[in-house]
Amino acid sequence: MDKNVITGSEALLRTLIAEGVDTIFGYPGGQVIPLYDCLYDYSDRLKHILARHEQGATHAAQGYARVSGKTGVVLVTSGPGATNTITGIADAMMDSTPIVVISGQVPSPLLGSDAFQEIDVIGIAQPITKWAYQIRKPEEIAWAVSRAFYIASTGRPGPVVIDFAKDAQIGLVDYVYEKVSRIRSYQPVPEADAEQIKTAARLINEAEKPFALVGQGVILGGAEKELLAFLEKADIPAAATMLGLSAMPSDYRLNKGMLGMHGNVGPNRKTNDCDVLIAIGMRFDDRVTGNLQAYARQAKIIHFDIDLSEIGKNVPVDVSVWGDAKETLPAVTRLLNPATHTEWTGSFAADEQEEYEKVVEKEIHPEGNRPLQMGEVVRKVSDAAESDAILVTDVGQNQMMAVRYFRYNHTRSVVTSGGLGTMGFGLPAAIGAKEGAPDRIVCLFTGDGGLQMTLQELGTIMQEKLDIKIIVLNNNYLGMVRQWQELFFDKRYSATTMANPDFAAIARAYGIRSRKVAKREELDEAIAEMFNSSGAFMLVAEVETHGMVYPMVPAGAAITHIIMGKS
Amino acid sequence: MNTKQLYTVIIFSENTVGLLNQITIIFTRRQLNIETLSVSPSAIQGVHKFTITTFAEKDMIDKVVKQIDKRVDILKAYYNTDEDLVHQEIALYKVSAELFMKLKGVEELIRKYNARVLEVNEDCIVLEKSGHYEETQALFLELSRSIGVLQFIRSGRIAITKSKVERLSDMLSAMEKKIQANQ
Repeated sequence: MDKNVITGSEALLRTLIAEGVDTIFGYPGGQVIPLYDCLYDYSDRLKHILARHEQGATHAAQGYARVSGKTGVVLVTSGPGATNTITGIADAMMDSTPIVVISGQVPSPLLGSDAFQEIDVIGIAQPITKWAYQIRKPEEIAWAVSRAFYIASTGRPGPVVIDFAKDAQIGLVDYVYEKVSRIRSYQPVPEADAEQIKTAARLINEAEKPFALVGQGVILGGAEKELLAFLEKADIPAAATMLGLSAMPSDYRLNKGMLGMHGNVGPNRKTNDCDVLIAIGMRFDDRVTGNLQAYARQAKIIHFDIDLSEIGKNVPVDVSVWGDAKETLPAVTRLLNPATHTEWTGSFAADEQEEYEKVVEKEIHPEGNRPLQMGEVVRKVSDAAESDAILVTDVGQNQMMAVRYFRYNHTRSVVTSGGLGTMGFGLPAAIGAKEGAPDRIVCLFTGDGGLQMTLQELGTIMQEKLDIKIIVLNNNYLGMVRQWQELFFDKRYSATTMANPDFAAIARAYGIRSRKVAKREELDEAIAEMFNSSGAFMLVAEVETHGMVYPMVPAGAAITHIIMGKS
Repeated sequence: MNTKQLYTVIIFSENTVGLLNQITIIFTRRQLNIETLSVSPSAIQGVHKFTITTFAEKDMIDKVVKQIDKRVDILKAYYNTDEDLVHQEIALYKVSAELFMKLKGVEELIRKYNARVLEVNEDCIVLEKSGHYEETQALFLELSRSIGVLQFIRSGRIAITKSKVERLSDMLSAMEKKIQANQ
């Protein structure tokens, strides 16, 4: 037989390799057994990480993609295997993460007949993917799979689903790899409009109080250096969205912190004080803007984005710079007059000082008799970690504390669920982050709630012997909901208390070293033990049960309506 | 500013499975009702054309059309109001043959509405009328009042713009040129 006449399964694996894939996160099942059988022969070229649940595999692929910039790959079976990936796919859609999810499907003659483990994956996935395609014939594999990677990774990245019928896995095909590098109905990178570039530059040149909002688009576009050159030339203070954190180093002089509901006071206040607001690769999420009627009304707004449908979606803009930030930022920078805005950039200091006194100091240097605070644990771990550590978080108070108090020196150092706010994201995403950046330290901050949503992935860490430092901020509450109940629902703690197991004992059961810490005097030593031990480690920090994340802008309030603490 | 009006959304797409779903879910998310929908092959081989009408605010239709345009398999999506368009719907009316024969002024009726007779048999007569919604509706109301309508069906709107050539062909040729220039 001609050596190019191969099964559909082999054609799929060869296409993955041709697309540069070397790692797959997955879980086998009835409709992908032929594919997994073929994978057995390719195990030297394709490393398969066996998750403990398909949702875990998907979040792991996201973590992998977020730290490496490569497209994450998920392989699951049909029916429940596919539906279990939906949360991760939706999360990847919201956070523009390139992943390709390959799900098995019943043989094509059975499609539509409610066969065992048949589900309409394409129908379910269409609203939450950039593209979803069902392969019914082995001849389609080369084209469809290469197209999937092209779509997932270009333009504004996102998830793609390939639904792979079992007969197409078994059937033979005369295989030739064909790289897809253009689709006539899809223009991933628009050509920047010279007029808009000029107008943007003119507005910035005329500005006395320019302010830049930095989103993940800068990281996805690899435009971190271009961003710094832009900010430097016109001396523009900047703040980041949560997903844009680590696009600028934490200690960079023009980096004024994080935006939004639990962001820093200065950036939120200055949003309503600047005269030109420059949004770069961000989408004015409601957690960033608060009440839109009271958002930056005084400012001229310039919006850089690669996705035209984001420009003007939430906030009306004066200038739209549609394009790839790696091209548009330098184009605008060239037209900027070198400027200094000493008074303006210096004006953030007062807000910073106020936030430090009212919030930060209490959180990272609490009085000796208070229980452990979440913020102090985060900051101590951050200080003890090497400067290139990757922060992974779950969702909730642990997340807000982690992103607020961790420090960043390198890009692609934050892996967190932004738009979808997926509890249970952290542990599997940390697995993917470690696979995607094996030489970097990975610190996961999670809560007692989110940890238990995907706790089974400790098994994956055990099996793969992954060196992940897991810090559980345990307050025996669903802390963020409890915080809202305390502030806005008269302390009626409906369904937020948690009776928890001994997390350290669970970790040990998986062969993961662990330690519980509840006393401030032991914290430094416990953290040192965590970093000094090779391999995975779980540090369970018993933190204050009624801890609060401040500052806080209540949902729907103006972004300048900031609660600084208990009155 | 915040008043709803009728927009005609025109979409050119690749002819792939499941595209209609991709388009309609974008309307669903914004709670826009689709008033009429017409899908057919366009003048360009392999390209399908969707004509959708919906009542929406300007700001909303603008955002929805951008989100449709962004889908990978959509070549181009845009929207117009009635002033920019020549548009038409077609309607079929089935009436009782017996009652129709007894109706006085059939000739005037046919002339007045510029209707056509498509079928005559012992049981029924089928009339056809094309026009704007109000025009096809007027004939329906008149027949309903006089002899009753046994069956009635109206198509979705089809439309072409008054001013410009079909923008898609320009766009496609520009794209081809660019691709060739890059090779």
